[in-house]
Amino acid sequence: MEPFIQVSGKAAPMLAANIDTDVIMPKQFLKGIDRAGLDRGLFFDLRFLPSGEPHPDFILNQPGWQGAKFLVTGPNFGCGSSREHAVWGLKQMGIKALIGSSFAGIFYDNCQRNGVLTIVLDEPQVQVLGKLISQQDTAQIEVDLQAQEIRLQDGRVMPFKIDELRKNALLLGLDAIGSTLQKREQILAFQQKHLAENPWL
Amino acid sequence: MTPTRPTSRTLYDKHIDSHTVCTLDDQGHVLLYIDRQVINEYTSPQAFSGLREAGRDVWRPETALAVVDHVNPTAPQRVAAMADPGGALQVSYLADNCEKFGIELFDVLDKRQGIEHVIAPEQGFILPGMVIAAGDSHTTTYGALGAFGFGIGTSEIEHLLASQTLVYKRLKTLRVTVEGGLASGLTSKDVIMALIGKIGASGATGYAIEFTGSTIAALSVEARMTICNMAVEAGARGAFMAPDDKVFAYLKDKPRAPKGELWERAVARWKHLHSDPDAVFDREIHLDARDLEPMVTWGTSPDQASAINGSVPDPEAIADPILRQDMRRALTYMGLEAGMPLSDIVISHAFIGSCTNARIEDLRDAAKVVRGKHVADHVRAMIVPGSTAVRDQAEAEGLAAVFRDAGFEWRQSGCSMCLAMNDDVLAPGDRCASSTNRNFEGRQGAGARTHLMSPAMVAAAAITGHLTDVRSLQGSF
Repeated sequence: MEPFIQVSGKAAPMLAANIDTDVIMPKQFLKGIDRAGLDRGLFFDLRFLPSGEPHPDFILNQPGWQGAKFLVTGPNFGCGSSREHAVWGLKQMGIKALIGSSFAGIFYDNCQRNGVLTIVLDEPQVQVLGKLISQQDTAQIEVDLQAQEIRLQDGRVMPFKIDELRKNALLLGLDAIGSTLQKREQILAFQQKHLAENPWL
Repeated sequence: MTPTRPTSRTLYDKHIDSHTVCTLDDQGHVLLYIDRQVINEYTSPQAFSGLREAGRDVWRPETALAVVDHVNPTAPQRVAAMADPGGALQVSYLADNCEKFGIELFDVLDKRQGIEHVIAPEQGFILPGMVIAAGDSHTTTYGALGAFGFGIGTSEIEHLLASQTLVYKRLKTLRVTVEGGLASGLTSKDVIMALIGKIGASGATGYAIEFTGSTIAALSVEARMTICNMAVEAGARGAFMAPDDKVFAYLKDKPRAPKGELWERAVARWKHLHSDPDAVFDREIHLDARDLEPMVTWGTSPDQASAINGSVPDPEAIADPILRQDMRRALTYMGLEAGMPLSDIVISHAFIGSCTNARIEDLRDAAKVVRGKHVADHVRAMIVPGSTAVRDQAEAEGLAAVFRDAGFEWRQSGCSMCLAMNDDVLAPGDRCASSTNRNFEGRQGAGARTHLMSPAMVAAAAITGHLTDVRSLQGSF
């Protein structure tokens, strides 16, 4: 996994509440057995007109926010289906981090497993940030994971919290399975005891 | 070492403590042992590919059960071949993976096939005290059996297949106490929809819910599944209930439930699965079932719901600007005017199906409403049983004939129009009364409009052609 250390880029506002994973990645893009082509499917019904042309109203199609690396999101972003395709699509579009007041649980974990940073701020802070980056000339921000800071165009700095475990995994781009399998003996020992106590398992 | 915890523990604490291989930090992360997983064709392919690429094996293949449910057609005549090349590839890759890694598979022609969250309990694959994770958000369903189930993404499926564990962060605990008898015509669907409406679509984010109270105790195990299933629509990452005698009776003769002396030992152990009397929850919510009325959604999020006798709410009356904007957007998408009585909403489709509400009791409820009546001329009405076994049982009980006589399509099992990954897709502008779990934009088809409700309420809407209080239909209840 590619490490996340310090990233600069444009941030796009997407502040509606409850943007679900059906909207992020519609059903017709879920039919693969690999991760290919999900950048095309991302926000498909919002991003494209029925003709297939880019929808001029969609934020990531607008000149000021094309190539954005961050999304500033409304409450409960990523709710609904567990489909990781939503996160694969975001990643393929070049999104490195999402900043919002709350994320749905499964989506939040899926981001973590793919090296996409999710930053939770208080709602008022999200509003301040959302307002600022909604202006084209102040849409550029820098996210520094090591320092746990978001640096804004106007010089302000927003600190954020993150669990050390998550932070290290992102900074190092750790392979979660490899790390867990280093505890193989511990898992085996636990399993032996667990099955002895619950032989129907 | 498990950190020191109060001696009085919640049911959630007991499940997590008894499945903790080791703690990983002092912020609540543990390595959590998972007893079972259920695998489907659409969220698993990349997980298996990951194992293949890394040359890893499946840790304990006998703890996984695979089933085809999301992409298969539900046409009345069942065939193995699929016209859709993407779905066909997913189905054949699942079969390859199950063969290679030694995982049992129910394919579409198997008599045990069905929606994963319907067949796993049916098979006795899920037992009280288990912790289950699976690549589908509605894995919370298993909470009705006193098991803790939660949805995971594909990367986590791979992690679980490879190690039988997940890196897991403990949730906060929320107890929802529901008291009072449910009036005739109301179901557990109305209870959970009312709760979601009350606390919002993210009202339980970060929490594990334990449901308790006299209303829950009086419900059947299947009705409880509906509640646990939809708790994820309030953001809960798991929702369950202490197992009781109803649960033990439900499981006793299931194919994979323990037998004989082992069964007795298991039940003796399961009887300890409840929160200690003085256990403290992080949050408590009380709901009075006597206040409830049949619920329907009017918007594009499951929390945008009202009692059927209400009207479409007015966004301009909402103070919060985000909520106001959301409501405006929802009403535009749904093609509804503020102030319109909900019972004036005319439907084009009626769908009874999904892991939320397509078990035998749901079909019995719906049949009671439609018996001797006919679907309105302008409505296409479909029944997609939750499993092939449910379908067979409904045929044996004569329910299928009731539905066919009333003008319903009687179909084969699968997820079908709940998420429309197969060919059961609505067209733009179609409006569906649906017994499913999500009314998101485009969920049942791009531009299609979904109203969530109980199976009995869907049946009533199918008959009258518009959203209808099931209690007003003569002979229904």
